[in-house]
Amino acid sequence: MGFLNNFINGISLGSIYSVIALGYTMVYGIAKMLNFAHGDVIMVGAYIVFVLTTGAGMNPYLALLISMVACTLLGMTIERFAYRPLRGASPLAVLITAIGVSYFLQNVALLIFGTQVKSFKSILEFPSIKLAGGKIIISDETIITIVVSLIIMIGLTLFVNKTKPGRAMLAVSEDRGAAQLMGVNVNATIALTFAIGSGLAAVAGVLLCSTYPALSSQTGAMPGIKAFVAAVLGGIGSIPGALIGGLAIGVVEILSKTYISSQLADAIVFAILIIVLLVKPTGILGKKYIEKV
Amino acid sequence: MKKSMRKILAAVLALTLIVGLFAACGSKEDSGTQTGAETIKIGAIGPLTGGAAVYGNAVKNGAQLAVDEINKAGGINGMKIEFRMEDDEHDAEKSVNAYNTLKDWGMQMLMGTVTTQPCLAVINNTKADNMYQLTPSASGADVIVNDNTFQVCFTDPNQGIASADYIADNGIARKVAVIYNSSDAYSSGIYNTFKSEAAAKGLEIVATEAFTEDSKTDFSAQLTKVKSSGAELLFLPIYADAASSLLSQASKLGLNVKYFGCDGLDGILDIEGFDGKLAENVMLLTPFAANATDETTQKFVSAFKAAGYEESTLNQFAADAYDAIYIMKAAAEKSGVKAGMSVSEIGDAMKGVMPQITVDGVTGSGMKWLSTGEVSKTPKAVKIVNGEYQAME
Repeated sequence: MGFLNNFINGISLGSIYSVIALGYTMVYGIAKMLNFAHGDVIMVGAYIVFVLTTGAGMNPYLALLISMVACTLLGMTIERFAYRPLRGASPLAVLITAIGVSYFLQNVALLIFGTQVKSFKSILEFPSIKLAGGKIIISDETIITIVVSLIIMIGLTLFVNKTKPGRAMLAVSEDRGAAQLMGVNVNATIALTFAIGSGLAAVAGVLLCSTYPALSSQTGAMPGIKAFVAAVLGGIGSIPGALIGGLAIGVVEILSKTYISSQLADAIVFAILIIVLLVKPTGILGKKYIEKV
Repeated sequence: MKKSMRKILAAVLALTLIVGLFAACGSKEDSGTQTGAETIKIGAIGPLTGGAAVYGNAVKNGAQLAVDEINKAGGINGMKIEFRMEDDEHDAEKSVNAYNTLKDWGMQMLMGTVTTQPCLAVINNTKADNMYQLTPSASGADVIVNDNTFQVCFTDPNQGIASADYIADNGIARKVAVIYNSSDAYSSGIYNTFKSEAAAKGLEIVATEAFTEDSKTDFSAQLTKVKSSGAELLFLPIYADAASSLLSQASKLGLNVKYFGCDGLDGILDIEGFDGKLAENVMLLTPFAANATDETTQKFVSAFKAAGYEESTLNQFAADAYDAIYIMKAAAEKSGVKAGMSVSEIGDAMKGVMPQITVDGVTGSGMKWLSTGEVSKTPKAVKIVNGEYQAME
């Protein structure tokens, strides 16, 4: 019974990592860059919902919608002003810029909202499911997060494979230069990718803070990095891989907290990253591209 | 031309400095003769502006109230108290400057500093001058390493001992679980002393779980373990921000235990967006609750309000400072401090009698001191009832 409860806790945490990892993997798969600011866009999204609901008393779902729009715009702005000028630069320069953007967002949040942690009120108010006479409790947040991550995964897969802008994304990811020659607007396609990824970040932020309600400028940082590990584990660039990787990391983290040590859990999660990079660098579902000369 | 101008300027500057030095010496002598009159000068240092200003202003008001009461009743050994507080903005360097300002003024005893970091800087100066120093609220363990420094509040690690004592002596629980922040000195310090005192008091620690600064939002694994451990009480020597998230997850997991924390939990009801119902019945160790029914507290609270101080400063810091002044009075009377004595003579006299005096104050009755500077008093606790701190009898 204890194991089952811990497993459920792991799935709950993992499904949040999945939603975040989907955003990572989208951007990496298409723009071929690691957007380390993704975790902080999540934090911004959660703050917007917090201010609108707790501060202005707005309907939480309307607040989520506004937050998604705001994060979409934020993502496109970051892409336009921080990443696009570096399109031709080395991947390292872009990576460092992303870390800079991440710190920038954290410090702006610190300036506006201060250091005091805010308690985020869950926007989901459904009853929890109780099994085995109340011994096993599955919270509404867990169920909703799993459902949402599945919907996002299926939605993204369909979008990428079936629609015209989606296929443009595939083309850009396959070969940017050739896609441009074939008339695909590369800049617009990458901007669209950031828009979708950042809109999803708002959803992830709300799910994250509904489950773990302490909201501060650091909220997105650690989950963001763990989700990155999840994306690598699942095969970065692969949409179903993000889902699988997220769930796996969540379960591993909770089980190692329970059965090994609550202090070593993070170390174990990052050890997985190292092992994956050594043994199977493409991850569980990652594709191996053969470099054609 | 330019060069000679610079030389003249330098000479003028040097002259002003020298004159300034003499002036400073002069004023020092002045104040020295002033203390020959029937007054005793108590200085205080604390943050009156900046982020920690609420603590410093509470200390100022609490101390001023005690000073006024004592002066009205005839003073200490017939000497009236002169009280002056200097701002340190919770900054170590500014605190040392404030100390020097007060010394120029003629301070004979120091009540301060209010916060731990600045206090650690000032203790070197008071040690060098052998100045008697009593801090109302700096709770770091290193604050009292010197023999001339004493505390009114519990040392951080001592809160662990006091908590275990309180839980055991009042029969609140036998089986206890602990969740603490292993990356934080405050939290792990309290946990370590709690663990040994709990064993001595016959409490059974059925689960010990830790978290770190990087993982202070998700407590599901720790809480699930606490739930299956059969603990009756969960001890939380952590800060309010982590506790707010923890309590919300515990309620979702259906964890049904009592909660007990230290002064780090103080302020949990002020966290923006926090549902106060989650903290209902949470107990925490704190030396002061404004609605306690004992006579000393009631007298202090009504006098504080009657004097017209802001009610937002009526907190444990004001109570600590109020007690501090009365403790100084008790020690000065016992050791026969006279107005003409030098700072060092007063220091020797005061630290000699500190282990002998017993003071009944707002923050505890029967307060005694070890020669190390640590206070020993009965711990007090409050319980959150209907979103308010209720004193536990």
